[in-house]
Amino acid sequence: MSVSIKVEGLTKRFGTFEAVRDVGFTAAAGSITALLGPSGSGKSTVLRMIAGLEPPTAGRIWLGDIELTAKSVQERAVGFVFQHYALFRHMTVFENVEFGLKVRKEAKESREARVKELLELVQMSNFAERYPDQLSGGQRQRVALSRALAPRPQVLLLDEPFGALDAKVRQDLRRWLDELHRELGVTSLLVTHDQEEALELANQVVVMHEGSVEQAGSPADVYNDPATAFVAGFVGAANVLHGHVVDGHVHLGTFQVPGAGHLEEGAAAAAYVRPHDVRVSNEDTGVRGTIERMATLGWLARLSIRLPGGETLVAHVPHDELGEAKEGDEVWVDLRSPKAFGIEAGTTAPGAPADIKPANGITPVSDEGPVVRSGS
Amino acid sequence: MSAPAAPATGPAGGRSRFARGALAATAIAYVALLLLLPLIGIVTKAFQPGISIIGDTLSRPEVRHAFLLTGIITLITVAVTTFFGLVVAWVLVRQRFIGRSLMNAVVDLPFALSPVTVGLAAVLLFGTGGWFTDFVSARGIQVLFALPSMVLVTIFICIPFTIREVVPVLEEFGLDEEDASRTLGASIWQTFRRVTLPNIRWALLYGVALSTARSIGEIGAVLIVSGTISGKTETATIYIFSALEERLEAQAHVVALVLAGVSIVLLIGIEWLHRRNELARSNT
Repeated sequence: MSVSIKVEGLTKRFGTFEAVRDVGFTAAAGSITALLGPSGSGKSTVLRMIAGLEPPTAGRIWLGDIELTAKSVQERAVGFVFQHYALFRHMTVFENVEFGLKVRKEAKESREARVKELLELVQMSNFAERYPDQLSGGQRQRVALSRALAPRPQVLLLDEPFGALDAKVRQDLRRWLDELHRELGVTSLLVTHDQEEALELANQVVVMHEGSVEQAGSPADVYNDPATAFVAGFVGAANVLHGHVVDGHVHLGTFQVPGAGHLEEGAAAAAYVRPHDVRVSNEDTGVRGTIERMATLGWLARLSIRLPGGETLVAHVPHDELGEAKEGDEVWVDLRSPKAFGIEAGTTAPGAPADIKPANGITPVSDEGPVVRSGS
Repeated sequence: MSAPAAPATGPAGGRSRFARGALAATAIAYVALLLLLPLIGIVTKAFQPGISIIGDTLSRPEVRHAFLLTGIITLITVAVTTFFGLVVAWVLVRQRFIGRSLMNAVVDLPFALSPVTVGLAAVLLFGTGGWFTDFVSARGIQVLFALPSMVLVTIFICIPFTIREVVPVLEEFGLDEEDASRTLGASIWQTFRRVTLPNIRWALLYGVALSTARSIGEIGAVLIVSGTISGKTETATIYIFSALEERLEAQAHVVALVLAGVSIVLLIGIEWLHRRNELARSNT
């Protein structure tokens, strides 16, 4: 009995600062939607407005057919999971999970049965009598999740739920949340700044930047077909090449890449190429480069390729495609599916997470690109 | 060897241990001399004329009335400062408004003002030609030289205690738990009673204890507004004051002993409760 979440024209101003501007999207019933963006992009504010914790300046919110906009937090009764757990520190794990049922005046027997069921679900049955400060971060977040689920909310809102945990625990909890969601099917909205988390867990990704939605789509869409330069640079790693538009191509000095047909002739533009779309070729591609460095990342190699203009490209190439190539070799470089975006002259295009831009105008990619969940 | 970091040999280790011992001795001597000795003095003085003086003093009608009056003033003061202290602390921590930092500073004013000044201010407001004199006398209320002014000045003096105890706890505890409670379907009142209050209850209790101790012991401001009418506006502290003037020293000592006893039992009692609570929790 899950329902969809729909927001329309959602705007929030704090004084003169516009934290959220005209945000709209729909999260399908039973799906996980990720609100992805850097810190300060307004994604948490959107979540808090849906929960009723923050009144919107403008806009409307629906749960299924019911409009929530004018309802109080209490009436909305959505499940909310906080980044820092927000467990009641003076209550035991059991009392924490029981809280939402108690304030709704459920009968004692049904309350106890429900709490037991949930603690079993999150594998915390043995910790029922513990206090929050006697638990690890991962355990606390599991308790917080079961507490949010206890009153059977129609939707679950998660605000950076794994943000305060270390990498290993985060991985485990992410997988565990995925399984839990498949089992319960409750419509979930996940706020995160971690693109990997969003791409792995979500059916739909809503990318936010400076209070606005940049793109909403499936993880594959957002990753393979970014709508804006920001999305191309923020979701997944990319090489950013600066040039200008000539005849539908981005002209980059000694060579050019296609895909700029939608841009104005002569305008400044940036071409984004994923590391795994940079390949070494046996045929003449028109782009020649020198392998400066080669490191193995297991089944593929990470290459730094220096172009004639002095720029360095990062490439992820399977070992079997490399053949005999080694450091110092000159090779043909194949730049597959470049994405071109117009940029304002004199500025640099938004780049990959590690934003160290060398003078030659190429943004180095930080690390491996994320795993994209296929389908959905 | 109890000194953990001190080197095993050499004059340096010996000297640092000596310094630490001297520091502890100074602290103990300071507390003992200035806090405990006067208490011991009162106890011995009170019992000096024989045990019968205690019952004798406490059965005097003016003494009984003095204790009753102190009790009434304390009860009203603690109820008012606790309730409004909670409201002010809440507003100071949870809301942002113009003049907030000014309010934050003004709240501490009673700590800085001499109680005598506070009493004088009340006389200026409610005495002959005062701002509120016509207003209250037109309604037939006797403020000065009566209970209302005595309660008023005591409240003024006790305002900061609850606020200063509760504010830091409220700040540390943040908004998340209250937000969580509301998303779980609790009303504002349920959230306050089940989430906020349990988190600040010890701070609140300390505030109550301190306000109680302070209003029991208050004399300066009360003395000025009371008019010291024996058997009418004489509190326990004022009784001690006038008993000494009338050379009824034994009675003064007994009343002082009772007042000190109440305050000490209160503070120790709350500390004991708190520890027992912490202990019970850590044992689970």
